[in-house]
Amino acid sequence: MSEAKAGIDRDTVEQVANFGGENYKYGFTTEIDADKAPNGLNTDIIRFISAKKEEPQWLLDWRLDAFERWKTMQEPDWAHVDYPKIDYQDLCYYAAPKSMEDGPKSLDEVDPELLRTYEKLGIPLQEQEVLAGVRKVAVDAVFDSVSVGTTFRDELAKVGVIFCSFSEAVKEHPELVRKYLGSVVPQSDNYFAALNSAVFSDGSFVYIPPGVRCPMELSTYFRINEANTGQFERTLVIADRDSYVSYLEGCTAPMRDENQLHAAVVELVALEDAEIKYSTVQNWYPGDADGIGGIYNFVTKRGDCREARARISWTQVETGSAVTWKYPSCILRGDDTVGEFYSIAISNNLQQVDSGTKMLHLGRNTSSKIISKGISAGRSSNAYRGQVNVHPKAANARNFTQCDSLLIGDKCAAHTVPYIEARNISAVLEHEATTSKISDDQMFYCRQRGLDPEEAVALIVNGFCRDVLQNLPMEFAVEAQKLVGISLEGSVG
Amino acid sequence: MALLEINDLHAGVEDKQILNGFNLTINAGEVHAIMGPNGSGKSTLSYVLAGRDGYETQNGAVQFDGQALLDMTPEDRAIAGLFLAFQYPLEIPGVTNMTFLRTSLNAVRRGRGEAEMDAAGFLRMVREKARAMGMDDDMLKRPLNVGFSGGEKKRNEVLQMAVLEPRLAILDETDSGLDIDALQTVADGVNALRGEDRGMLVITHYQRLLDFIKPDFVHVMVQGRIVRSGGPELALELEGSGYGAYLDAGADLQGDAHATSEGVPHA
Ligand SMILES: Nc1ncnc2c1ncn2[C@@H]1O[C@H](COP(=O)(O)OP(=O)(O)O)[C@@H](O)[C@H]1O
Ligand SMILES: [Mg+2]
Repeated sequence: MSEAKAGIDRDTVEQVANFGGENYKYGFTTEIDADKAPNGLNTDIIRFISAKKEEPQWLLDWRLDAFERWKTMQEPDWAHVDYPKIDYQDLCYYAAPKSMEDGPKSLDEVDPELLRTYEKLGIPLQEQEVLAGVRKVAVDAVFDSVSVGTTFRDELAKVGVIFCSFSEAVKEHPELVRKYLGSVVPQSDNYFAALNSAVFSDGSFVYIPPGVRCPMELSTYFRINEANTGQFERTLVIADRDSYVSYLEGCTAPMRDENQLHAAVVELVALEDAEIKYSTVQNWYPGDADGIGGIYNFVTKRGDCREARARISWTQVETGSAVTWKYPSCILRGDDTVGEFYSIAISNNLQQVDSGTKMLHLGRNTSSKIISKGISAGRSSNAYRGQVNVHPKAANARNFTQCDSLLIGDKCAAHTVPYIEARNISAVLEHEATTSKISDDQMFYCRQRGLDPEEAVALIVNGFCRDVLQNLPMEFAVEAQKLVGISLEGSVG
Repeated sequence: MALLEINDLHAGVEDKQILNGFNLTINAGEVHAIMGPNGSGKSTLSYVLAGRDGYETQNGAVQFDGQALLDMTPEDRAIAGLFLAFQYPLEIPGVTNMTFLRTSLNAVRRGRGEAEMDAAGFLRMVREKARAMGMDDDMLKRPLNVGFSGGEKKRNEVLQMAVLEPRLAILDETDSGLDIDALQTVADGVNALRGEDRGMLVITHYQRLLDFIKPDFVHVMVQGRIVRSGGPELALELEGSGYGAYLDAGADLQGDAHATSEGVPHA
């Protein structure tokens, strides 16, 4: 751990400690003139978004097609979550900081206020700020509906890696976007994916050419700033044959009394022998202790191990959002492909989480692993929903699922909903599940050693999550560990 | 000023009163041993002193280093320098021994307004102390007490004590379940910490431990109070006669066996 990074962590902790009861560190708003679309959802709005982005006709048609499908679909109600009906006509579907209007040509032209926002978040957008000794992380920052800048692009370009905003990719690499967009999550996959397909604003695009091991971590930070604005980003990561990439995603939003909708789609494509590691630290504003405000996080994430021996691994640390509806999944299409899902989902106060994964075994000798750690505190509800599906042709499929729940206090709930469907008798599927509580004796033991109750809970919970935390890139693991403690503040005593 | 002064302590759990007028004074530099049959309230005493939830004090007072101990939170007692080596140390899955030690030491130092220890210095210090306890690096990397044998858990308690360097260490049956070699190691660890500034309260069921840790005072505890106090010779005497005589005595002993280190009453 470098000193620079440790410094940030200490700031994080201090800021949170100084927040006077409110635990959410990222709850500031930024005063920036925004360029907003009028509220409402119709073909005019979609044309407006598409025109703003100077998109080609095929993409506008694709959006309009998605919109037509969305109109015929029903909002899903099977998840173990409960929230007031969303009025989709009362949302804003596009907001961009005004100064982006002419499009900054480089980071130097980005509004200093925006840069300061990211600084507050601890995300260095100036390359020189990434200090020597710290492993390099290229960052794409997305503020409301647009990307405000991507770092280290030249260095990445040298090895042929494309890392840019989705909008730029549409302009500069239309053939790649057209080939892969919607190829993992089709427009009509589900209600929120269809909505996203119609109105998605920006997001990140990654392409790793054959045989290339991406020389640094790639990372995107999403921030919702505008009030009453939905964020609908679209991320597409393509790892061509025999390539490798590790991608990190972080999210924050200001504290607001009204709920805000976040409906993203992430598509990953791994070709022959390629590997994608995708990590998320989701720290959207969770609402206050009484459940007022917070983000509705309805996200579709799916990876396709399209060709033989491809590997995709999802690691997520979910501490934020008022309501989370999220199932990062793997399609194990190629033979000998591997899918992994490592998850920590923490709910406190009145947060609701319904999250899990789907492993779809289609190829031969495919294997998947699911490690899920759910932590519920306060009056929250936390459900793991997992599906392991073995196709008749998927000979020798293997799955191992470990699903652990930890309860803090006695007013929260944990649910485990595993679906297993094996239509090939050679499948070997293992499922283990545990539910535990932090014992009073463990708490006393820690306190006898000088830890206050919150430190004790954070320590015990971090231990509980260790298998998953170990899978995060080092830069994120430390941050995530702190986050675990912060998000459980107020859960004891 | 005494390091620890317990006056007429009546305490218990739920509706059950377990400590019945317990008195004890420990000065810095002294090692006291409490011996007594199972169920006499030795662990209860240690829990009440350490501040475990669920224990109620009906009467009496405890001064620790001039502070009203019973008003403090468990962590503040630890920060003030009170350490309890548990009779049954707890397991914390996924938290390595090393992480636990560092978190604990830093919490205590922070509580005292001292700077946290830097990572390299900490590692060196812990490794050295662990080696002295006959523990290898591997044991420092394992999750706290998970899968440790009884003896390993006890060694680990003494290691924690060595790292935290408390003012008052209470060892609750740290000898039970140890073979003779382990006993020697644990005793060496405890003896190494004996010093002018530090008090120790060694709770044991057997006299054997006191061959290795020479106490300055020995107290016999029966039914929640001290019924007899003496020097190290008392332990030997008990080895011969057992607790039998005291069990009867304890039942109707309403007297004033007030044990102090200044004037040990001879029965
Ligand atoms: N939590 C409890 N609830 C009820 N009785 C208890 C509890 N803990 C201890 N006791 C009782 O208090 C007495 C003293 O126990 P303890 O302090 O463990 O004794 P020792 O450590 O000397 O063996 C015993 O009779 C025991 O059964
Ligand atoms: Mg006992």
